[in-house]
Amino acid sequence: MAKITFDGIEIEVPDGTTIMNAARTVGGSIVPPAMCYYTPLKGSGGKCRACLVKVTAGSTKDPRPMPKLVPSCITSVQDGMVVENTVNQQVLDVRKGIVEMLLINHPLDCPVCDQAGECDLQNFAFEHGVSTTRYTEERRTFDKIDIGPLIQLHMTRCILCYRCVYTANQVAGDRVHGVLGRGDAAEIGTYIENIIDQDFSGNVIDVCPVGALTDKTWRFKSRVWFTKPVNAHRDCPKCSGNVLLWYKGKDVLRITARKDEYGEVKEWICNECRFEKKETSDWTIEGPAHIDRSSVISANHYELPVLNHSVVADLPESTQRELEKNPPLKLGS
Amino acid sequence: MGRKLLTEHINVEGIDTFEVYRKHGGYRSVEKALKTMTPDEVVEEVKKSGLRGRGGAGFPTGMKWSFLAKPEGIPRHLVCNADESEPGTFKDRHLMSKLPHLLIEGMITSSYALGANTSYIYIRGELLYVLRILEKAISEAYANGFLGKNILGSGYDLDLHVHPGGGAYICGEETALLESLEGKRGNPRNKPPFPAVQGLYARPTVVNNVESIAAVVPIINDGGDEYAKLGVGKSTGTKLFSACGHLNKPGIYEIELGVPVEEFIYSDEYCGGIWKGRELKAVVAGGSSVPILPKELILKTAAGENRLMTYESLSDGGFVTGTMLGSGGFIAMDETTCIVRNTWSFSRFYHHESCGQCSPCREGTGWMEKVLHRLEHGHGHMEDIDLLVSVAKQIEGNTICPLGEAAAWPVAAAVRHFRDEFEWHVTHAKEAARPGAVYPGKAVLA
Amino acid sequence: MEPTNAPAKPQFSAAAQDEIKRIITHYPEDRKKSALLPVLHIAQAEFGGWVSPEVQTLVAETLDLKPIEVYEVATFYTMFNLKPVGKHVLEICRTGPCMLRGSDELTAHLERLTGAKVGGETSPDGLFTLKEVECLAACGFAPIVQVREKYYEQLDTPENVDAMLTELRNMVHRPILPWEALAQN
Repeated sequence: MAKITFDGIEIEVPDGTTIMNAARTVGGSIVPPAMCYYTPLKGSGGKCRACLVKVTAGSTKDPRPMPKLVPSCITSVQDGMVVENTVNQQVLDVRKGIVEMLLINHPLDCPVCDQAGECDLQNFAFEHGVSTTRYTEERRTFDKIDIGPLIQLHMTRCILCYRCVYTANQVAGDRVHGVLGRGDAAEIGTYIENIIDQDFSGNVIDVCPVGALTDKTWRFKSRVWFTKPVNAHRDCPKCSGNVLLWYKGKDVLRITARKDEYGEVKEWICNECRFEKKETSDWTIEGPAHIDRSSVISANHYELPVLNHSVVADLPESTQRELEKNPPLKLGS
Repeated sequence: MGRKLLTEHINVEGIDTFEVYRKHGGYRSVEKALKTMTPDEVVEEVKKSGLRGRGGAGFPTGMKWSFLAKPEGIPRHLVCNADESEPGTFKDRHLMSKLPHLLIEGMITSSYALGANTSYIYIRGELLYVLRILEKAISEAYANGFLGKNILGSGYDLDLHVHPGGGAYICGEETALLESLEGKRGNPRNKPPFPAVQGLYARPTVVNNVESIAAVVPIINDGGDEYAKLGVGKSTGTKLFSACGHLNKPGIYEIELGVPVEEFIYSDEYCGGIWKGRELKAVVAGGSSVPILPKELILKTAAGENRLMTYESLSDGGFVTGTMLGSGGFIAMDETTCIVRNTWSFSRFYHHESCGQCSPCREGTGWMEKVLHRLEHGHGHMEDIDLLVSVAKQIEGNTICPLGEAAAWPVAAAVRHFRDEFEWHVTHAKEAARPGAVYPGKAVLA
Repeated sequence: MEPTNAPAKPQFSAAAQDEIKRIITHYPEDRKKSALLPVLHIAQAEFGGWVSPEVQTLVAETLDLKPIEVYEVATFYTMFNLKPVGKHVLEICRTGPCMLRGSDELTAHLERLTGAKVGGETSPDGLFTLKEVECLAACGFAPIVQVREKYYEQLDTPENVDAMLTELRNMVHRPILPWEALAQN
């Protein structure tokens, strides 16, 4: 085990844990943002530089500060390490700079982008960026490409996090797409218009932090905040069958994997579950999915309240009787 | 002219053949090391020599060697970085094409010191013709028992191979080089782990520049202490400088570290002064990534002392009034040179060579190039100048590999010392944008 | 029915196959991918100075790689031409030190003399493709042009430029590479 101090908070985590994951055990606003790092994908992280933090003491053994900011997503903790994130002005300034860099060639087409409302870049820019730009040059653009009938690649929005490449390598099997070219001309592609059609290829949509890879069966159907996510499952011979159904009215507009609070997929789902089972009758419904209050999606959300029993005890007797008679489907506990 | 340790016999007819090279004392260091020294003793001599990495970073070679992890049963590798691509630097190409056996000899002695049994020379793809020269020399070394199994009956085995790149400056960064050698895109790795622990094929690896490895030959032949007697202070030995730009005699010069910059530029022994009888305006002393200095500051330090060709003297004054020795790529510019145009050219280079992996470099290098292009072509604004400095600062220190700094430093330094010229490009946009336009004013000193 | 006019699948010559076999032995057995860059160079020399998608796929098969692994690499490194080129590709260095010694003028001069456009059309006679490249590490001999494995240096005089173009115009075949010469003996 290693003990570190992160923004003044003492955290004890197993050796080999990254600074980012140590911060996540505490949670909340001290957690550095991650645009490219993705826990389930081996080798991810270190590229976007959004999560740079200051290490003011390397370890008990060697308490010297690290000369440069370090990527918290891939830097392991050492016993006695002291890390500054939200309390360090340099870190906050650099992060502002990273937002600016990620946005200079981004089309900022949020009003027509299907990812809006659940976009990591949007959240990152909102929380850490500034509302003006100093960039006056022409922005880089690419043509949209269909990679098969189900997935569209809109490279112009891509931030080159490499998550989809790792997913294709580690989850979907036989990889046919990758990063072509280099520098700011680098792009995700298949080079000769190959179709991505492995059973698990749809997961590249879920891992994409921006609207670069989108589900063609869902494009332009609805803004995400007008839909309601519901947990559901089915017996699937290929995957766990645990998904989120995104409803608008009675229609299932799209199906995705379930994600944790950091937007990371909990269980990969197969393309059959994702693209072919769009009827409620295909699924066993579990109930509304939890959506963070800070998310724009929660604005239209009907999740059942989690009853706090000490609060319930203080309610007038008549209300308590009413609750007993008509209990919510499931209490949060 | 000072002593030459590497290039003494460079002009001897047939020195690229094993026979002639051997006749001029070649492969003595291999005999000495393998027959009379333990690997650790070889490392010790290199430490004593004070040799500093000749690729640009200037890190002590012996110390780098001593970091190499030696886990039981896992092969180790020595990889020679012959990916020379830093604008202004062209010494390694010269050394390898003229004296291929010197590099091979250095590789054998160094590999023995590190306990490597398979070593590679990673050469930039553009130098395929030099790869042919090296391969021919390697086959001669095999034929004469200096490579292969049981070299000179010592029980030490070594295979040596040359591997071409494909056109990517970034592969000069040691972890990008290793990725490239593994047949991948030249994306630098995040560190740690460092190559000394997990390098080529995740095995412990040392990556050294061509000139560093070549210098091991005289160090073992004469002893580390002898080598350390040459030079000044912590800048020991001799160093190859690639001189180019507006000089009367551009070329490759092996000098004992410590020659005054003024002598190097103006004496007939070296560069012979500025061409066409013109005045010197500025110098980039260590390859395009190091800060540019105006004439006054390259010849003398801010304290008024003569600037010497040493690591310490060139970096005297930090980045405010100093620069770096870097790779020894010495680019001189005459009074007619447009600093903005030159900075744009360097910026275009780094933009072109960014691998695109991390966001500050991928986006920032292109941004700087575009702003500089605008300034140079008469479409700049006054606030663009500070914008450049700000973007450079946003890249510097925040990237996976040092290409970020390499791209940021030249821009920041050009604005630091030549701000007036940048401003002139805004106030006299039309005039400045004309091809061959010459700025009439002077540089800013510190 | 199989289309009858499908282009023949590219194949390496026997000499190239031997050279590839030799190169593969340089790397550990489970690290065949290491041979990718040297094999791409061989492929470019064998198939007319560029690597088409078909050639890249052939390279993938030769080294037991997924085609995308080859595409990723071939598009990263600037030496590999991804479109058809003329008989000679003139790679003109444009970086700082060459620019200081007149590479811009050289480029314009070569466009005039050959009729080719930098980064664009090959010359009408099909002989020359012009490509601007970054530093070729020969700054002391600037300005420089690389053509295949040869450097043409100090091209700041019309005589040197003419000598280069004449040499290239008179070249019937590209120079024989060492491994090809070996196979001929």
